[in-house]
Amino acid sequence: MSLLNWVDARFPLTETWNKHIAEYYAPKNFNFFYFFGSLALLCLVLQIVTGIFLTMHYKPDAEMAFASVEYIMRDVPGGWFIRYMHSTGASMFFIVIYLHMFRALIYGSFKGPRELVWLIGMLIYLALMAEAFMGYLLPWGQMSFWGAQVIINLFNTIPFIGDVVSTTIRGDFVISDPTLNRFFAFHVVAVPLILVGLVFVHIVALHAVGSNNPDGVEIKKLKDEKGIPLDGIPFHPYYTVKDIVGVVVFFIVFFFIVFFMPEGGGYFIEHANFEPANALKTPEHIAPVWYFTPFYTILRAVPDPWYGTLAMFAAIAILFVLPWLDKNPIKSVRYRNKAHLINLAWFAVTFIVLGMLGVMAVTDGLKELGTRGTQIYFLFFAITYVHSRPQQANYLMWFVILLVSVLFWDFLRYDSSFTENQASLFWQMLLLPIAYLATTLLLPHFIGGANREKEVPTRVTG
Amino acid sequence: MADTGVDKKRRRFLIGATSAVGAVGVGAIAIPFIGSLTPSARALAAGAPVEVDISKLEVGAMMSVEWQGKVVFVVNRTPEMLAKLPEIVPQLKDPTSVDSLQPTYVDKETRAREAEFLVMLGKCTHLGCAPQFRPEVAPADLGADWKGGFYCPCHGSRFDLAGRVFKGAPAGTNMEIPPYYFVSDSMLLIGENGAAA
Amino acid sequence: MKFNSLKLLLAAAFFSVAVAPVAYSASSGVPNLDADVDLSDKVSLARGAKYYANFCMGCHSLEFSRYNRVAADLGMEEGDIKPLIFTRDDDDNIHKPGALMVNALREKDAIRWFGIAPPDLTVIARARGGGDWLYSYLKGFYQDDSRPFGVNNLYFSNVGMPHVLQELQGLQALDKDTNTLTLVKPGKMSAGEYDQVAKDLTNFLVYVGEPAQLHRTFYGILTLLFLLVLLVLAYLLKKEFWKDIH
Repeated sequence: MSLLNWVDARFPLTETWNKHIAEYYAPKNFNFFYFFGSLALLCLVLQIVTGIFLTMHYKPDAEMAFASVEYIMRDVPGGWFIRYMHSTGASMFFIVIYLHMFRALIYGSFKGPRELVWLIGMLIYLALMAEAFMGYLLPWGQMSFWGAQVIINLFNTIPFIGDVVSTTIRGDFVISDPTLNRFFAFHVVAVPLILVGLVFVHIVALHAVGSNNPDGVEIKKLKDEKGIPLDGIPFHPYYTVKDIVGVVVFFIVFFFIVFFMPEGGGYFIEHANFEPANALKTPEHIAPVWYFTPFYTILRAVPDPWYGTLAMFAAIAILFVLPWLDKNPIKSVRYRNKAHLINLAWFAVTFIVLGMLGVMAVTDGLKELGTRGTQIYFLFFAITYVHSRPQQANYLMWFVILLVSVLFWDFLRYDSSFTENQASLFWQMLLLPIAYLATTLLLPHFIGGANREKEVPTRVTG
Repeated sequence: MADTGVDKKRRRFLIGATSAVGAVGVGAIAIPFIGSLTPSARALAAGAPVEVDISKLEVGAMMSVEWQGKVVFVVNRTPEMLAKLPEIVPQLKDPTSVDSLQPTYVDKETRAREAEFLVMLGKCTHLGCAPQFRPEVAPADLGADWKGGFYCPCHGSRFDLAGRVFKGAPAGTNMEIPPYYFVSDSMLLIGENGAAA
Repeated sequence: MKFNSLKLLLAAAFFSVAVAPVAYSASSGVPNLDADVDLSDKVSLARGAKYYANFCMGCHSLEFSRYNRVAADLGMEEGDIKPLIFTRDDDDNIHKPGALMVNALREKDAIRWFGIAPPDLTVIARARGGGDWLYSYLKGFYQDDSRPFGVNNLYFSNVGMPHVLQELQGLQALDKDTNTLTLVKPGKMSAGEYDQVAKDLTNFLVYVGEPAQLHRTFYGILTLLFLLVLLVLAYLLKKEFWKDIH
C-alpha cells in the first residue's frame, strides 16, 4: 500500500473514495426508483464510449453522412452493434432520466435542501435534449432533416429577430452542410463536455446535502455517537452491490432491444430516417423522436406558432421552479393527502398521453385531446401550489379560478369556423380538465379523507 | 453491521465469481469495439488482390499496377537481362536475398516465380521513394558501369533488374516482392500466394 | 396502499404506450399484403439476388452493399456471384466482388428518361418498415393507359416506373370499386410462380436493408444467457451483503 500512500500524499484519493463511496451514508430504504441515478450515469458512459467509436467512421458532410452511417452498419466490423448501442442508448437514457425525475417528483427530492440538486438536474435534462436533438440530425435521413427543420423554424417565430436567429443557427438559409457540421461539433464536443461537468456538479451537490428517500425523512437528523446517521448505510458495499443488480437488469433490457428490436418498433429509429435527407420532399408525417413528443404536442396545441413555441419552452421552464411551487413540508407522496397522489397520477398519465399524441398524425379528436392535455399539464403546477397547505387551502376558490382560466383559454381559441365535429369534441373534452380539477380540488374539499395527511415518521420505514 | 455472524468465505466467493463473470462480459464487449478498428470491408476491397493482364506487356518493358495503395512494377525481362544477373553478383550487397523481403517461392537470384516476369513493389527500401526503371545500358547520367536496373532519384540508390541493391547505395536491402501467382499464361494475380504456395 | 395505486396507474400508462399502434400511412389507402419474410431461406435470398441483378439493378443501385458480402451472407462462393455482376467501374472493367453494387445509370440521364432518378434501394425495406409494402408493390401493377408507361400501381399511386416484371407476371386490370386486381394478359409465369419471384425479391431486399439481421439474434441469445448468469450471481452477492441491514 505504499503506492497508495504515495498518491494520497499528493492527491486525496482515499479521501475522495471515502467521502463519496465508502463512507457516503445513504438511507437504507431506497426502492426501485433509486436505481435510475446510477443507471443514468451508466447511460452517459455508454453514449460517450460508443460515440467515440462512431466518430471514427462517421463523416459530418451532407454528401457523405447518410452513406457513412450505412458504411458503419455494413462495412465496419462490429459497426452495427456499436451504432445500435448508441441509438438504443439515447432512448434508454431518456427512459431512465424520466423515471429519475418522476422519482424526485413523488418523493419530493427537489425540495429543500436539495433545490440546487434539482436545478442542476434540470440543466442536465436541457443539455441532454440539446445533445439528442443535434445527434438526431447526424444520420442525415428524412426525419433528421425535417425534424430539425421544424424545431429550428420555431426560432423563426420570435418576433422581429426570428429570421436572423434561425439563419444563424443553420449557418444557411436552409438546413445544409454547415448546419450538419456545427451540430456535429456541438454533439461530439461541446455538449458532452457540458454534460459531464454538470453531472459532476450534480453529484457533488447531492453528496453535500445527502440523498432523499421514499419516506422523505432527513436521515442526518438522527445520528449515533460516531456521527453516522442511524438510518444510513455506507454506499459501498451496500448500494454498489445493489446497483450492480440494477445494471445487469438494465443491460438485459438494453441488449434485448439492441439485438432483437433495434428500431424500437419505429420509435427509437424512425423508418423514414432510412431515406436520405431531401430538401425537396417533405415526408407525409413528421414526428420528432418519442422523448420530445410531450413538448411537441404542447407546441401543436397552441395555434399561434410564436405562442406555441413559448408554451413549449414554458412547459420545460416551469419545472425549474417546482421547488418554490410545492411548499408542502412533507416530501414523500406516502404521507401527503390522497388529492396529491391523484394529482401526480394525472400528471404522469397526461405526460405519457401527450407523448403518444406527438408521434401520431393529427386528427380533430387527437388535436383536441392534445389541447386538453396541455391544459392539464399547466394546471398541475397550480394545483401543486394549492396543495402546499392542504389544511388552509381554499379549494373552492381555486377551483373557480382555475376553471375560469381554462374557460378563458377556451374562449380565446374557440373558433366559429369549427366544424360540427370539432365543436362537439371541444365540449366533450372540456370534461377532462373539469374532471381533473374536481378530483384534485373538490374531492379534498368535500371528502375529508382525501385531504388528510399522515404523520411523517422520524425514522425511515421498511 | 457488526462483523459477527458474517460468512466471509461466501462473501469472498461471491465477490470473486461476480467480478470474474463481469470481467468476461467486459472482455466480450470489447471485442466488437476493438474489431471496429481493424480494416473495414471498404479497406479490404481496396486492398483486394489485383488481376493483371500480362499478355500485352512487351518483352523488355515495364508496367505499374496499384495494389493496396502501393505501386507494383511488372517487368517482362529479356534473356539478355536475365543473363546479366549472375555477372554482377560481386557488386551486390545481398545477392541471394537473405536479408530481404520476398515470398519463399521466388527464386533467390532472379527473384521471380517465372524468370521472365519480375513482380516487385515500386518502393525504395531506403526511404520509400519510387525508383525509376532504367533498362538501358550505360546511359550518360548513370555512368558506364550501369547495366540496366532501377535507380532511386531521391538518394541515388541503385538496384539491378532483379531489384537487388548495389553496394554503396544508401538502401540496405533488396526491393520487396509481393505475394503473387500466375492464374494463366497471360494473367497474373498480385496479393495472393496461390494454391501452389 | 397509496403507493400501489400509483404503481397501477403507471403500469396502465406504460401498457398503453406499448400497445399503441404506430401511425404509418402507406402511399395509398389499400392495406399491404403480408410478405411473410423468411431470412433463413437462403435459397430464396439467392434467387432474389439473381432476380434483382437481372431486373432491377439496371436502374436501382444498392450502393451501400458489396457483392462479396451478399455472396458470403447468402452462402455463395465468391465465384458464384461473378455471373451476377453486370456493372462496370470508371475504367470500364467489370466490378470486382468487393465493389459496392452501384450501377452505371447517370442521374442526369435518368431524369431525362424517367423524369426522376430511380432511388437507390439498399435500405428501402427499412424505410418502408419491413417487406410487406415491397411485396404488395411488386404484385400491385395494373394496366392504366393514362400513365406514361401504361401501368399504375395499387400500392404506389401514379408510379413513375414501368412494370419491369410484366414479361413474367403478365398484365393485371384494376376493379376500382373493390380495389381488386385480376390478370387479363398472362405472362410467362403462373400466378404462383410469380408470387415466389415477388417473395424472393422482397426477402432479398429485406436482407440487404440490414445484413446484420442474419447474425444479431444469435449474438443476442448469447448475450442474454450470459447476463442471466451474471444476474444470479449479482443477486446472490447483494443478498449476502444486505444480510447486515436490519
